[in-house]
Amino acid sequence: MARSLESYGRKMEALAIDQGLDYFPVHFEQVPASFMMEVAIYGLPVRMPHWSFGVRYIHQLIQHQMGHSRLFEVVYPGNPGRAYMAQSNSIPENTLVIAHVLGHADFSKNNELFRRSQEEVGYKIVEQAAGHAKRIAAAIDQHGQEKVEQVLDAALALEAHIDAFKGLRRDPYPEYRLPPSVAAPGEFKDRFRELPGEEQPVVKDAENVRADIPPHQERDLLWFIAHYAPALEDWERDIFLAVREESFYFYPVFACQTMNEGWASYWHARLLREADFIPQSEYLDAIKTHSDVVRPHASGNQVSLSLNPYHLGFSMWEKIIETEGLERAFQIRKEEDDFGFIRNYLTPELVEELKLFQYQQKKDGSISVLETDLDALKESILNRKYNFGAPRVSAAEVGVDGTLHLVHEHQSDGRGLDLGRCEKVLEYTHRVWRRPVTLSTVDAKNAPRTVSYPAE
Amino acid sequence: MPETPSTFSGCEEGGRQWYELFSRGARDWLRHNEKIRKAVLEKLPDVIAESDLMGGSDNRSVKVPVKFLEHFRFCLSTPDEQEGTGQGDAQPGDQLAGPGQDREGKGRGEGGNDQGGIEFVLELKIDDIIDWLWEELMLPNLEVKTGATREDDYKREGWNRRGARSRLDRRRSIKEAIKRRAVDPDGPAFCNEDLRYRQLVMRQQPATQAVVFLAMDVSSSMRDRDRKLAKTFFFWAIQGLRRQYSHIEPVFIAHTVKAWEFEEEEFFKVRGSGGTVASTAFGAINTIIDERYDPARFNIYMFYASDGENFRDDHDPAEQALDRISIVASYIGYVETPASEERALDTETAAIFDSAAEHGAPVGSYALTSNESVWTAIRGFFQQHAGEKVA
Repeated sequence: MARSLESYGRKMEALAIDQGLDYFPVHFEQVPASFMMEVAIYGLPVRMPHWSFGVRYIHQLIQHQMGHSRLFEVVYPGNPGRAYMAQSNSIPENTLVIAHVLGHADFSKNNELFRRSQEEVGYKIVEQAAGHAKRIAAAIDQHGQEKVEQVLDAALALEAHIDAFKGLRRDPYPEYRLPPSVAAPGEFKDRFRELPGEEQPVVKDAENVRADIPPHQERDLLWFIAHYAPALEDWERDIFLAVREESFYFYPVFACQTMNEGWASYWHARLLREADFIPQSEYLDAIKTHSDVVRPHASGNQVSLSLNPYHLGFSMWEKIIETEGLERAFQIRKEEDDFGFIRNYLTPELVEELKLFQYQQKKDGSISVLETDLDALKESILNRKYNFGAPRVSAAEVGVDGTLHLVHEHQSDGRGLDLGRCEKVLEYTHRVWRRPVTLSTVDAKNAPRTVSYPAE
Repeated sequence: MPETPSTFSGCEEGGRQWYELFSRGARDWLRHNEKIRKAVLEKLPDVIAESDLMGGSDNRSVKVPVKFLEHFRFCLSTPDEQEGTGQGDAQPGDQLAGPGQDREGKGRGEGGNDQGGIEFVLELKIDDIIDWLWEELMLPNLEVKTGATREDDYKREGWNRRGARSRLDRRRSIKEAIKRRAVDPDGPAFCNEDLRYRQLVMRQQPATQAVVFLAMDVSSSMRDRDRKLAKTFFFWAIQGLRRQYSHIEPVFIAHTVKAWEFEEEEFFKVRGSGGTVASTAFGAINTIIDERYDPARFNIYMFYASDGENFRDDHDPAEQALDRISIVASYIGYVETPASEERALDTETAAIFDSAAEHGAPVGSYALTSNESVWTAIRGFFQQHAGEKVA
């Protein structure tokens, strides 16, 4: 690494700490642009092999070659955090990247959702994921590519279906039903029992009544299948749990994207502004990069049908710090995720300033702009963030023959599932569940539909 | 405050990192292609039926447009109306795009599903397909038909001290000179005694040439689906024969109440009207054999595709013409694309081929009702053909 970048880095860190940022040490590494691209696709520097990543890779490669996307940095929370920056970046660009990464590092150490997730998953996700990849490579050697791929097809298809609120480590369901709560003995109870003709209630021996599995609708499909599939082998369970662990790691990254990117962008801008050790010309280059990153998708009179989370987050943080002060901002970055952040801090003035609007797109391609309703607008931004943006599907029941019944909560999601894709996912699932799998949802006309694999 | 300072490490010259050694993206992409290749091979009959492949050299390849494989996930059905959030100068009520317009940027951020639609072109070598197919269908390799069919030709065989200048073998001659000088070091560098000429001898060669007559009923009762099935069958039958014969000539004949010879490109597009008189096609084949293909030099194969309907009055002429072909043909295949599965091979045309079989002709009849049945027919043809050779 060039001398000056290293010295800028150290000075930038001193400045960040001076400004109140608090983070675990970060391991910075300059890597080839091709590696940056792969890291962005896999989500982790070393991750399990699967053909679906190959498809994403080609898409990204095409986009990259057409110059549509450029990656400046990738950072992994942890202790130490790990950050990769492209070798091909100029020194001013990488100086900005260092400042940006420090913003992320502060966020991931202090934000509650991140903190909880790292306490569960561990502070060394990069190494853990590499460990998963290694175990899966060993499984391929032992059981063959086809068999391992079948398990991964299923596990990765259900990747979004975890229950972040129940946590990574869960006890199995109780084996027996809980005893019915017996009313506390008291005067009324004693006298009631003495009434003539009143039989003693037959208290079923609760210990002998097996609990239903699952006892309630279970959203963590990866966990449920890993632990309750009738004929899953150990190495297959291991793969399911590896995928699940990575999903738990990804959850806060996903659920705080706008906040986190906005926070990092705010801090790189602020730190650069304060950094008197950077020569004027380099500062201008860096600030130009900044404006490229936080630029709205639409510039000038253009209209864009999507939002740039960097731009939205950055603008919101600027507003918050301007109106409520830095201390309050630190508190918000600690307590909120994107849901709370956007619902609580996206003000009508900001909506107007940023020219946000809601639109409706019909099947024929026509798009019309709707009246602005602040709450509806917020929900529409958040709409794709629930549950990794995946539909709410849960395990409802296991039949006596071992059939797994899944239920889609179509009322919460507002409409039914794509039935064709649904059947394919059931096909993947069936290969690991090894008994029939069904799913209830509604079709396009809102009529109940049950999809089964194998088809009945 | 961080307990330990952050570390900055770069790539020093010469210190190559592990990640420069391989690309996981490329590895998984290759795996995807492997899977897609398999998926394509599984639906080859469809693929093949859509392109003009017949004839030409064996090195030809097929270009197959394929979609990226989609790794399926649960996702919501596409609604009639979708809402989204945008940014820019737009007033409530503005129409940003009219019906049917495809705005750039549409669907951005809609999740991974938009990847399913992109197509790329997969190039498959026909040779590879054939090899795969033979393995998959466990088809026997055909024995070259020998016996009466032989061709006489000159072959190089040995050397002579005399001969035409054009057949002088320089390498051999030099060797002779070297040998001679080894015994007699003082001798001349080169002399007439050293010259060696290649010799040609007339030898009988097993015939490795074949002609395949592909005849098809193109009367109005043949539907597009029937043609497609027939074409698929024809294609694979030729490819199978090509594995065995060094030279193969397809001859395309279409008929209704008359028969015509066609070039490959037109053959499958021909659409006739009116009835079916099969004897015209068989007659045309006999004429072409007489004129162009000496049965002593060519292995003769014939395949005939029809929906099974033939004019009743034509029964006897058709039978006679077919019998004439069967005397010289190595194999006669009849593929029927029946109107209904129940009536398969219970038709007028099938009866003509049955009676030829009774007269001892090497005839096989197959019904083509679906893409899968093409493979059954191909397997039947090659196994039956190979079986006869053993017997």
